[in-house]
Amino acid sequence: MARMKFLCDAERCIECNACVTACKNEHEIPWGINRRRVVTINDGKPGERSISVACMHCSDAPCMAVCPVDCFYQTDEGVVLHSKDLCIGCGYCFYACPFGAPQYPQVGNFGSRGKMDKCTFCAGGPEADKSDTEFKKYGRNRLAEGKLPLCAEMCSTKALLAGDGDVVSDIYRERVVSRGFGSGAWGWGRAYPGQGA
Amino acid sequence: MTAISRSKKWVVQLAVLALIALGTTFALEIADPQTADAQSSVRPPAGAVNQGADSGPQGGEVPGASSGNLSDSEMWRAVRKGIRGTVSIPDKNAGLMVQSEGDAWRATKNGPIATWGVLGLAGMVVLLAIFYLIRGKIRVDHGMSGRTITRFADMERMGHWLLAVSFIILAITGLNITYGKYFLLPLLGKSGFATIAAGGKWLHNYVAFAFMAGLVMILVMWIKENFPNKYDLEWLAKGGGMFVKGVHPPSKKFNAGQKILFWLVIWGGLGLSLTGIALLFPFQFDFPAGMEPIQQMQFATTWHAIISLVMVVVVIAHIYIGTVGMEGAYDAMGTGEVDENWAKEHHSVWAKEASKSRGGRKSKAVPAE
Repeated sequence: MARMKFLCDAERCIECNACVTACKNEHEIPWGINRRRVVTINDGKPGERSISVACMHCSDAPCMAVCPVDCFYQTDEGVVLHSKDLCIGCGYCFYACPFGAPQYPQVGNFGSRGKMDKCTFCAGGPEADKSDTEFKKYGRNRLAEGKLPLCAEMCSTKALLAGDGDVVSDIYRERVVSRGFGSGAWGWGRAYPGQGA
Repeated sequence: MTAISRSKKWVVQLAVLALIALGTTFALEIADPQTADAQSSVRPPAGAVNQGADSGPQGGEVPGASSGNLSDSEMWRAVRKGIRGTVSIPDKNAGLMVQSEGDAWRATKNGPIATWGVLGLAGMVVLLAIFYLIRGKIRVDHGMSGRTITRFADMERMGHWLLAVSFIILAITGLNITYGKYFLLPLLGKSGFATIAAGGKWLHNYVAFAFMAGLVMILVMWIKENFPNKYDLEWLAKGGGMFVKGVHPPSKKFNAGQKILFWLVIWGGLGLSLTGIALLFPFQFDFPAGMEPIQQMQFATTWHAIISLVMVVVVIAHIYIGTVGMEGAYDAMGTGEVDENWAKEHHSVWAKEASKSRGGRKSKAVPAE
């Protein structure tokens, strides 16, 4: 079984935000929630780099470890998903996540953030695959449709890669060899410790 | 013949030489790219320099050497340590690309806080059980007199019970957030437990204000009685007379133990209120200044947990001594009327003053009809 991973190649990302837009459109994500975002370091200065960041679907996921109601689960493909029915909106996963992935519909008077929302690796949630309720709560289940996450699928420079971690790292390794340098597979050391790039 | 052949030979040699020269020139012309470029339609600008094959980007540089004097590894290390980038989405906090403090928060929460918290709670229960087995219920040595003194007025008891009931609700719902998934979740199942936890969260959020009101009430009413006085050291030296039968160090309205509890509740309650408000209104307060907003939230949750666990452990002992641990103690907060002998033994100085100033003795004896 493949271990699904994201990789964003900082040498290729041009901060076009197409991944952000594609994600919002595909899953019909409400205003104010960004499952994916593009962060630019040294914006407008020498050495500017951009990285597209979303849930990295960590092997030892901090969100799962701190959730007081145990609403997270990890699929056999390594995708970290959660149940919005169980979520109580406490915000702990957001405090624990190194990548700032969990999002809430409200900033929260009296901590009423609503149910947590995050990147699902286009894999839906605990409801029946491709069902209407699943789509409304978690967005499209592209993995069930035999497709990969849309953000990476439509990345114009192929900076963002998503899919079987072995294939993703092969592609990245090939790039590093052919261009003679690489800035490292960002976030992999944290998200997938001991699994190499 | 010889003259002709000689001249012929010279011509042939000349022709061969000319051919070689022409061929070499042609070959050189093809080999020289400058000359070839000069003849193509794409011409480099005047003064253009060919830097050769070795001048491309070297390990980590980007083409055009635009990466400045900062190496890649330094930049990514800074990102890892939590520098901010820019984002084009409205939430500018999202510019924080990675916050490793989240890992530390998780480790503290699931590690020392959870472990020491449960050890503290269990430890206190065990200690009290041992104390009860050895010392038993602390009796009023002279027996109940049947006459009572007013110890706490209605308003004082209302303040106490507002604080106490809200504290117990907050403690139970709070402990459920930290430990519920280990104890209650396996019993109730995920769905049932999530419903209870969600209700508990709402209860926790609103009952918090009752707690704060109770805290202000007891602060205003009791602060003047809770400053240290001359009896406190003696009380502490004798362990409050709790460990030996028949020993009763003097004290005014509150003894040293109660004063310690009072200040612990006041300062702890203040800490819980402030961190709690920060959690109720997330990202609204810039405290402690200089931290990233998310670190401020982690700070608030961490201290909220530590303070509340300490307070719950201490309050368990307070509940014990106020109910099953000591004969006659509960009346103080129950009816507000304590037995005269209880008052003389446990708060001798106060009892003397109270009976003198108020003269307020009330007989509990039922009049003969």
